[in-house]
Amino acid sequence: MADASVEAIQRKFPEAVSGPIEFHGETTIIVQPDRLIEVCTFLRDDPALKFDLLSDVSAVDHFPEHPRFAVNYHLYSLENNRQLRLKVWLDGEQPHVSSVTGVWPGANWHEREVWDLMGVKFDGHPDPRRIFLPEDYLGHPLRKDAARFYEEPQFTHNFDLIESQKPYAKE
Amino acid sequence: MGQNETQLMELTVDDLKELRGLVSERALAGETVLLNMGPQHPSTHGVLRLLLEIDGENVVSCIPDVGFLHTGIEKTAEDKTYLKVIPLTDRMDYLSPMSNNLGYVLAVEKLMGVDVPLRAQYVRVMLCELQRLASHLVWLGTHAMDLAAMSLFLYCFREREKILDIFEMVSGQRMMVSYFRPGGLWRDIPAGFEDAVRAFMDHFPLEIKEYEGLLKKNPLWLDRTRGIGVITAEQAVAWGVTGPSLRGSGVNWDIRKAIPYSSYDDFEFDVPVRAEGDVYARFWCRVQEMWQSLRIVDQALKKLPKGPFITGNRKVAPPPKEELAYSMESLIHHFKLWTEGFTPPVGEVYVRVESPRGEFSCYLSSDGTSKPRRVHFRAPSFANLSAMPIMTKGVFIADLVAIIGSIDIVLGDVDR
Repeated sequence: MADASVEAIQRKFPEAVSGPIEFHGETTIIVQPDRLIEVCTFLRDDPALKFDLLSDVSAVDHFPEHPRFAVNYHLYSLENNRQLRLKVWLDGEQPHVSSVTGVWPGANWHEREVWDLMGVKFDGHPDPRRIFLPEDYLGHPLRKDAARFYEEPQFTHNFDLIESQKPYAKE
Repeated sequence: MGQNETQLMELTVDDLKELRGLVSERALAGETVLLNMGPQHPSTHGVLRLLLEIDGENVVSCIPDVGFLHTGIEKTAEDKTYLKVIPLTDRMDYLSPMSNNLGYVLAVEKLMGVDVPLRAQYVRVMLCELQRLASHLVWLGTHAMDLAAMSLFLYCFREREKILDIFEMVSGQRMMVSYFRPGGLWRDIPAGFEDAVRAFMDHFPLEIKEYEGLLKKNPLWLDRTRGIGVITAEQAVAWGVTGPSLRGSGVNWDIRKAIPYSSYDDFEFDVPVRAEGDVYARFWCRVQEMWQSLRIVDQALKKLPKGPFITGNRKVAPPPKEELAYSMESLIHHFKLWTEGFTPPVGEVYVRVESPRGEFSCYLSSDGTSKPRRVHFRAPSFANLSAMPIMTKGVFIADLVAIIGSIDIVLGDVDR
């Protein structure tokens, strides 16, 4: 279904993309992290492709394999009724990739979610705060090697008390 | 204790610097006021906190703060077999558990390559449309109550209760149904189900007419909703707004039509679209959608085929209990399914369904074991809420309440 778009991308960026991978009728294109913005802008603006809706950004942790993190961008073209998945592979403990908020502003919260839960940093994000978890949370829980602990709910505004009851090691 | 209190007082000044870029420079200079709305505010529909920068009665900027209901459902799902994730999906968007179930089981079925019997597909469609009605009823009731139309709330919840009775009839649960299973349904619809749905269908059109009569041309309602919270079609698409909120901006996109799933292409229905992009347009689209849902339920009832309610593929669906008494193979399948669960091939799928709030999608990544490597849910409320700062530029605080109601968020869905 997405053959034409795949060919167009491969013609335009022969060295930046690889794939496509077809699985159960879904097309995945693997993009080099440093060329992501170019590819995304092309996908959005090309009159034949017009992937104008970014549905979702999510990340998968393939621990302990390398490269470890895969960030998936699920695109949809309203005009052509086409679906496409872009995949970016990242490695290392502090993975980072360019933010696509400049291409699709709706990526804003999705990228904050990925940063909060998976710890993939998005360079150039306009509001790079955690979205769900408290600011003082340590680590990123969706990583496969994230420590599992129970944190007592704190019904106080006494910061010293809260700090003393935190489950992580004190200095 | 005294020292900590002074610390609290000082924090507010420091906090402003962290907000640079999010609020205007006037807020940092102290010319405008920063105000918290929520998380415990009756019209934020749950635990949504809005950080408002206000200039008199006008909202200069609005920063939604979410996460109060975050329960780590995606992480929990990684520790469960594919079947056991279904009850978790109920608890995300607790006003439309059927749609969540459907999105998830469709993803599992796609991963496994399972065919679903037609009867199960039709029952799914019927229940999802009833769920859409129930969800829109809660939305209409609370939205109207926020704008001071008190009695509508009671009418809507009265009718919703009748839909929940039907759900209780099929699944044993009013809200957390967990009725759809990979490959079909938990069990066949019980005797009396069709009569119950018919009885509901017979009187419900009169109720919608009543709601429309109360609101559609009500001058107070029009004053509070027209021209408020406008978002253009381009902005809505760019921000990933979906569902009735997108169609209220004039974009005709409904996943049931664009990417039909579960036999939606067998049914005739229209997609209500309205171009204004304001609160009234979103209200109008949802109310019209209720009529279309009734049409779909009616057709599904008439066309409901006979046959099995779950696939015969024993690798996914458990065998009937009585078979265990005489078939060794069934016993093995039963044992394997209830201990280890089934193992899909390595791969990833992304399935979109049209939930009452918009695009609900399920991303499933399998590593070939009986537990998913990663489950991710694309929540419609989450994306729709992220566009709220666009809709709230320069509105009055009172209109903010109308806008929150009109984008129909469920905080369980936002936070997951």
